[in-house]
Amino acid sequence: MANKPQIRTNSSALIAMIADEDTITGFLLAGVGNVDLRRNTNYLIVDSKTTVKQIEEAFKEFTTREDIAIVLISQYVANMIRFVVDSYNKPIPAILEIPSKDHPYDPAHDSVLSRVKYLFNTESVASGRR
Amino acid sequence: MSGQTQRLTVVPTVTMLGVMKARLVGATRGHALLKKKSDALTVQFRLILKKIVSTKESMGDVMKTSSFALTEAKYVAGENIKHIVRENVSSAALKVRSYQENIAGVKLPKFEYFIDGETKNDLTGLARGGQQVQACRGAYVKSIELLVELATLQTSFLTLDDAIKTTNRRVNALENVVKPRIENTISYIKGELDELEREDFFRLKKIQGYKRREVERQREAAKAYAEEKVAEEMSLQKGISLSSAHDMLSLAAQKDQDWKVDSDGFVLRWISRNAAAAATSPYYSAAWCNAFTGKGTVELLKDQDHEFEKI
Repeated sequence: MANKPQIRTNSSALIAMIADEDTITGFLLAGVGNVDLRRNTNYLIVDSKTTVKQIEEAFKEFTTREDIAIVLISQYVANMIRFVVDSYNKPIPAILEIPSKDHPYDPAHDSVLSRVKYLFNTESVASGRR
Repeated sequence: MSGQTQRLTVVPTVTMLGVMKARLVGATRGHALLKKKSDALTVQFRLILKKIVSTKESMGDVMKTSSFALTEAKYVAGENIKHIVRENVSSAALKVRSYQENIAGVKLPKFEYFIDGETKNDLTGLARGGQQVQACRGAYVKSIELLVELATLQTSFLTLDDAIKTTNRRVNALENVVKPRIENTISYIKGELDELEREDFFRLKKIQGYKRREVERQREAAKAYAEEKVAEEMSLQKGISLSSAHDMLSLAAQKDQDWKVDSDGFVLRWISRNAAAAATSPYYSAAWCNAFTGKGTVELLKDQDHEFEKI
């Protein structure tokens, strides 16, 4: 397939994060964080002072970076830049919406999960009819 | 639909018919194969779909546990643990390895996490709450494990979704566009070839008739010429006029006929009275000439050597 994006096989890639402070701290503790020579981080801490533009730029940067395989994004942050997240359709890096501590997870907002649910329902309805 | 009546622009020849038939066979085989591929992908797709739903649901619980562990660690080790953690970040210890898995010709990416080197957080919380910090770390590693698995499923889901769409589009294109078009082309070529054959047959018949007429005409001409020649010779030999020689010859041509029908509808057979008369042609007798022109009655139709018998 010509239009299919090339899937890279990386021996080691990073996990990027856009989330609130606590979630980031937890993941940093697990050893996900990375700071390169130019002091670029693979995470963005979203607090009350962070603008939507900053989040959007970080998202775009993480999705275009070669060394990132997965982007974790808090769901409430994803809701702020929903149009960018929804228009993203590449397989790699994979975008994962995660629940954050003070925002309960709502499966209805997840762009992938809503599609999954939709397909699942139509399929089960279709299979039930058969 | 205009697409169904369409056909390829080809020269209607036997060769092209063979090519088209081969293409139809190819299209049919390709259609069957793609259909199988689509089915295989759909099976895989549904499996992934189920897994995604269950993993997404368990993700909530795991994240909750991790958050709780972090809160515990914060409570025990103090609020400023997050500053220590953030200061200690240098290069990632927990990384992701990606590789491909081949399902029915579709390459699905798979992720796998691995711990590379050791984190600088080993000494975090040495003063107090070290155990809670390590527990928190373990909880987050566990959630990363789940998230990586989820990422794999999600990426496979997107890739497969795309692949199924493309495959189904191809299946439909083959079934509804390519195959009817080739079939139309084949029927067109067949019709056109039949038409040519009929035309050829007609042309051959036409030529045959023309030739036969030509031969006939030539034969006539040759005959006329030969007669002319004979008449000329005869007129020279006997010293009679050319036209009377012609008459004699045309009468002589009918020599083998020894009967005729008279004007009243009676069939008359020629009888010779003696052997000398039988040797000569009846046409030179006066009686024959009378019978020929329809003059006189039966009694008249005789001379000294010949007579006619009614039958």
